Formats: sequence, structure tokens, C-alpha cells
Amino acid sequence: MSDAPAWQGELYDLLKNEFDVSQFSYVPDAGHRELINRSIADPEVHSVSVTTEEEGVALQCGAHLGGARSVLLMQSSGVGNCVNFFSLVSHGRFPFLTFVSMRGDFGEGNAWQMAMGKATQPVLEASGITCLRVENEEELIPTSRAACTMAFQSEEAVAVLLTQKLLGAKAFPTG
Amino acid sequence: MSSKPALRLGPDQDVAEGVLERRHAVSALIGDPGDTLFVSGLAGSKDDVLHVVGADSPAAFTLSGAMGAAVAMGLGLALAQPERKVVVVTGDGELLMNVGTLATVGVLNPPNLSIVCVDNEHYGETGWQESHTGRGVDIAKMAEGGQIPNVRTVTKESELAEAAQMLREGNGTSFVLVKVAPTKPPSIYRSRDASWHKGRFREALLGKN
Repeated sequence: MSDAPAWQGELYDLLKNEFDVSQFSYVPDAGHRELINRSIADPEVHSVSVTTEEEGVALQCGAHLGGARSVLLMQSSGVGNCVNFFSLVSHGRFPFLTFVSMRGDFGEGNAWQMAMGKATQPVLEASGITCLRVENEEELIPTSRAACTMAFQSEEAVAVLLTQKLLGAKAFPTG
Repeated sequence: MSSKPALRLGPDQDVAEGVLERRHAVSALIGDPGDTLFVSGLAGSKDDVLHVVGADSPAAFTLSGAMGAAVAMGLGLALAQPERKVVVVTGDGELLMNVGTLATVGVLNPPNLSIVCVDNEHYGETGWQESHTGRGVDIAKMAEGGQIPNVRTVTKESELAEAAQMLREGNGTSFVLVKVAPTKPPSIYRSRDASWHKGRFREALLGKN
């Protein structure tokens, strides 16, 4: 039934098969729909529906304590919910990987999204998290592979920002 | 209209008759820790765990910040280690900071995860301000509402044994709210270096840092 772009399925395969990610936490989001749905349907992974994004940060740290790999799928507005828990990542030097679907950037039509859209990358970087922006489909898999290597091999904190140039801006009525 | 809570100047020195003392209560609930893995909240609940497992135990990851993270961290650990029992020990203030996590846990219902909330009805580290649970808020009902299948509230000595058995043997996630006196037992020294503790925890569990 999926009309999601092919890269979303390729990204799921990359995370699960190439990098052994076994915990996918998420707050529902259209930009991550295919990844979320694949994780829900896959009995070999844990799909964790969190009530607020910061739970996904702590979940990843707990997963690492137990030798498992985890990713957090969230929208840019959720980054603001995570900030205090990023101290666990930085002080504990935990590996951390998140895929952030951007709102409030290229072509945004809902003014409410702009403030957090502008703050997302500065807030992540102020929290010690390296940001890798993806603006077109060709970059997505190579950038994601690089992010996985940095997070899971170098145990760095990395955010892949899926921009609205990649995802397209959500249409809002202008009337 | 309710009146303002009374101002407290410090912890109680003595435990009133019929009220549980926290170190005793947590020790009784956990029993023999065996190869159980622990995640604790901050301050008092950290010390409660260290009192049971020892300050040097690599099987306990104890928070000294990131308040509200304990239960989600325990969930990630429990999902990663399904053959090991994982117990989260935290306080009422820490749990209230991210109470939605009880819903996240309840939906997944990992059978190897247990949560103990040591409820002294106060924010003991910041001046003994009364917490919500001292004014009628019931975190055990929140756990039940979050679909956690095994929930108990323990307020007296005679209820500890059954709750301890449920924590060990419960079929599904277990949650115990234990009401304790607002005392402050001597704190137990432990380095606050989370990276170092992470490495020790992983070394002991996984054989690699």
C-alpha cells in the first residue's frame, strides 16, 4: 500500500541488515512513515512508540548498556523535547543516532513550525550532536551509512536531518 | 479550595510507627539481587539500589542527572537483554517527570522489566518540597492506566513479601509503588562519571566496553 519513496525502504534495510539496529523508537511522523511501518511489521525488531521523544534518547542509552543498537525517529519539533536527556548522551559518551524529519525549513507553510525548524540544528550542535543534512535522494543512503558508522563504530552522537528539500513541504491552505 | 502544603525544613529523623523505612523496604522488595541488572533514578533511589548491590557493583547504572530517564533506560536495557531481569528503582519526583513512559512500557509489556517507585511524597534533594503524591496523586493508578499488568501499592511491612514475589515472578511487567517515610539515610559514595560506569556495566555484562 506504500506510496513512500524507495529510499525509506532502503534506509530500513540499511539500519536493520547492515548495522544490526534492533530497536526503533518513534513519535509518529509522516516523514518516517515507511520506517515506522516496517519496524512495526517486523517481528525481529522492537518498535517502540514513545510518548515523547526524550524517551527514545534514554531508550538508546539503555539499549547500548545491553549491547543492542537503537535509533530514534522524530520530527524536528521533537528535538526540543530531548535537550536535557542529551546530557546523558554527552556525559555518558553513549552512541546516539537519530533521523530527524525537518519542518520549519525549505518551503514551510505553517508559521508555527518555523521557530523550532530554525532552532533544530543549533540546539543539536549545542548538545554535542553532529548534524548531517540530506537534501536529495542520492545522498540519503551514503549519508545514513556514514552516520551509522560514526554512531555505532566511533560511538558518536549523530543526527541525520531529512530536510524539506528532500521530503517536500507539507501543503497548508492559504485562505 | 485546598490549603498550601506545610513547609518542611528537612527530612524526618525517625520513621513513624507503621510507616516503611526506604532502605529496608527496597531491600525487602529486591531480595537477593542475583544477576539482576539495575537502573536507578537520582539521589535517594540511587542510594537505595547501592545499599542492596554495593557501591562498586557494575550491575547498576545510576543516574545523577537526566531526571525522568530511568524507566525508558531500563526499557531499552530490558529489550536488549530479554534473558536478564531488569529492575528500575526510582522516586516519585523522577517518575512524574516522564510519567508517559509508563504507557510506553505498558504497551510493550516486557516480562523481564520491573519498576519500583520509592514514594516519599517529597522532592528530598531540593529542600523537601511536597510532591504531587503527597497531595493525592497516585502513580500506581497511572501505571495501571498505562496497561502495566502487575501493579501493587505497598504501605506496610506485611505487604512487602507478596510484592517482592510479584517483582521476581510476575508474568509481564511489574510495578510496585512503595510508600516510605521522608527520611534521608546516609548517602553512599559513588563516582558520578557516567561514561566510566557505562564501560564497567558493559564489560561485566557483555565482556566488552
